Amino acid sequence: MKKLMLGNEAVARGAYEAGVRLISSYPGTPSTEITESAVQYPEIYCEWAPNEKVAAEAAIGASMAGGRAMSCCKHVGLNVMADPVFTVSYIGVNGGLVFAVADDPGMHSSQNEQDSRHYAEAAKIMMLEPSDSGECKEFTRRAFELSEQFDTPVFLRLSTRVSHSQSTVELQERSGDEIKEYTKNIPKNVMMPAMAIKRHVVVEERMKALSAFAETTDLNVVEDHGAKIGVITSGISYMYAKEALGDRVNYLKLGMAYPMPAEKIRDFAAKCERVVVIEELDPVIETFVKALGIPVTGKEAFTLLGEYTPAMILKAVMNEDSAPHYVQESPIPNRPPVLCPGCPHRATFYVLKKLGLTVSGDIGCYTLGAAAPLQSVDSTICMGASVSAAHGMAKIRGKEFNKKLVSVIGDSTFIHSGITGLIDIVYNKGANTVIILDNSITGMTGHQDNPATGKTIYGEETKAVDLVLLAKAVGIERVVVCDPFDVKRFEEVVREETEADEPSVIIAQRPCALLKYVKYEGRCKVNEETCRKCKMCMRIGCPAITWKDGAVKIDTSLCNGCGLCMNICPFGAIEKEA
Amino acid sequence: MSTKNIMITGVGGQGTLLAVRILAHIVQEMGYDVKVSEVHGMSQRGGSVVTYLKYGDKVYSPIIGLGEADTILSFEKLEALRCLPYLREGGEIIVNDQEIDPMPVITGAMEYPSDIENTLRAHAKVRLVKALELANEAGNSRTANVVLLGAMAAAGNIPKENWIDALKSTVPAKFLDVNLKAFELGFASGQ
Repeated sequence: MKKLMLGNEAVARGAYEAGVRLISSYPGTPSTEITESAVQYPEIYCEWAPNEKVAAEAAIGASMAGGRAMSCCKHVGLNVMADPVFTVSYIGVNGGLVFAVADDPGMHSSQNEQDSRHYAEAAKIMMLEPSDSGECKEFTRRAFELSEQFDTPVFLRLSTRVSHSQSTVELQERSGDEIKEYTKNIPKNVMMPAMAIKRHVVVEERMKALSAFAETTDLNVVEDHGAKIGVITSGISYMYAKEALGDRVNYLKLGMAYPMPAEKIRDFAAKCERVVVIEELDPVIETFVKALGIPVTGKEAFTLLGEYTPAMILKAVMNEDSAPHYVQESPIPNRPPVLCPGCPHRATFYVLKKLGLTVSGDIGCYTLGAAAPLQSVDSTICMGASVSAAHGMAKIRGKEFNKKLVSVIGDSTFIHSGITGLIDIVYNKGANTVIILDNSITGMTGHQDNPATGKTIYGEETKAVDLVLLAKAVGIERVVVCDPFDVKRFEEVVREETEADEPSVIIAQRPCALLKYVKYEGRCKVNEETCRKCKMCMRIGCPAITWKDGAVKIDTSLCNGCGLCMNICPFGAIEKEA
Repeated sequence: MSTKNIMITGVGGQGTLLAVRILAHIVQEMGYDVKVSEVHGMSQRGGSVVTYLKYGDKVYSPIIGLGEADTILSFEKLEALRCLPYLREGGEIIVNDQEIDPMPVITGAMEYPSDIENTLRAHAKVRLVKALELANEAGNSRTANVVLLGAMAAAGNIPKENWIDALKSTVPAKFLDVNLKAFELGFASGQ
């Protein structure tokens, strides 16, 4: 049976067919739908973990216990899970173990553009790289077989265009889901120096075996069209190259991104007059090929930045132009992402901006608090850094600065890695104010439950982390829960807490406007008689509120009736439609 | 058959993904090789959203380059203009007659272009659809995406019954009637 599937859905299908028993992940675009889609298979136990490190460790434990297991993340999530990943490379597996990591060239939804292939080399872990949904499914299956065959974890490397493109997948039956025996094995599973020294030897032997395997595996495919130019490529770049160059060049498609096949590359290059390496992001293949003494055209003809396109490849390899096209006659307004109409974060940032505070930001929808017109957020680094970076800022700039400084962090992000920063503040006698933006969901990645929501990935009721008790338990004595839509009170609370000489946590509580149960009555409209055109309502950056023909208008097709603008209007000139 | 390239564009939250999935379903049922490239995550939050759908005997790249789109289906006027460079010579644009101000316009940094329709008509075959109006006429403003699919169906050469079948198998039962009505209104407006 054939089915059109997203790359991510196909990875989940591959895991199902490979007999996977457990998937533990933390959501992250563009990897999220792998785990979400796996929930449909009752044979696989799925969960959202508090962060990627915990998720990877749960998968490692499952593998050690004899079941096939997987953990999925985005490229920056791999940084968080790196610690256990580097060491499980030494331990190896019992049940097959796969880490699926999705890179985001072009940064559609990420804070950096790192190339995960470096991790494969650094951690000495084999890496497979599919090019479309069909390969996503097939390579996932193969990854589990290879994991057990070579006693190694395996990376499956995806990218946005592979993860979020749909193409045809051939479905097969599930197999290989028997749980292997568990036996205590201290030399293999306890990584203290005496054992690890010996396991490192095993890892290096395995690397030799994998390098030999790379020479013969059908994951690495040569397409010989009798051409003079040879293209070495992998992943989505292969599809772009095929579209741009067709059968006018020969291809070496590396389905196994690490380790690479030296002899196969030498043979391929020997039959071509010119070798071109086509790979997005870093020159990983190029560096390897050049180290073999083979001259290649690589990054000098392409770029280290962003995504590639077939047109770019056609120009770089053949010096041919693509189709003629219209060019904009004058600049047109861009349309950056914005906080949704009804978003609770809008009220929070309105107040923080009004008070002129320095805002240490974090990763989530609320990163958009840095965008015009709110422009409230001062910095964004990575998950959890809002709390710990503000601690460092306060230590350098002192008490008075700290009274004008807050951290903002979402509920899910706080659980992920904000709590450790909060402990740092308490333990090291800081006096920071941390605002937890508790919208009762993981918003940006598309509404996943998390340990603070009280629901599992299956929607089942479970214990919810009590954020108030959690903050108190680590030593925060000033904890205030406040609805940011109660703008007046919220402003007072922020003033008081930033003024205090001890650390405090404000839990800004209001659910995400996109949650199904969030319904506001009626739509807002401007009373043109009482409106004084002060444009105060436009300062909140609601996409439904615009200025047309000398008056403020509210677009009823966008307004969700949250009423924040009514709270802010000093003249009571915004009311609900009758 | 050589590959057909369709771009679907709009503002995050307008329902472009559903429209794409219906279209993908149709061409797959017709036996073509199909690739769809979607955008998820941050860019969906009220930003410009572009989805590519390609079908033919064999499709490699899931993305569409400048000057390569046969058809652009745009849920918003400014987004149609933004995507115009992707249209091939002689290509067609089906565009919703709706203007949504982007943030630079709301903040007053830029103006919403006033002559979009003329610019589009100077470079493409254009069908302007009052999708929101027709969706309201059908009974639900959220069916504007299906109105636009109706207009697209009228413009193209995929049999109408394939569209109807696809709606029946992708739209939840309780919303089917209103969506079928929206499709018919869009179809009539596109003829």
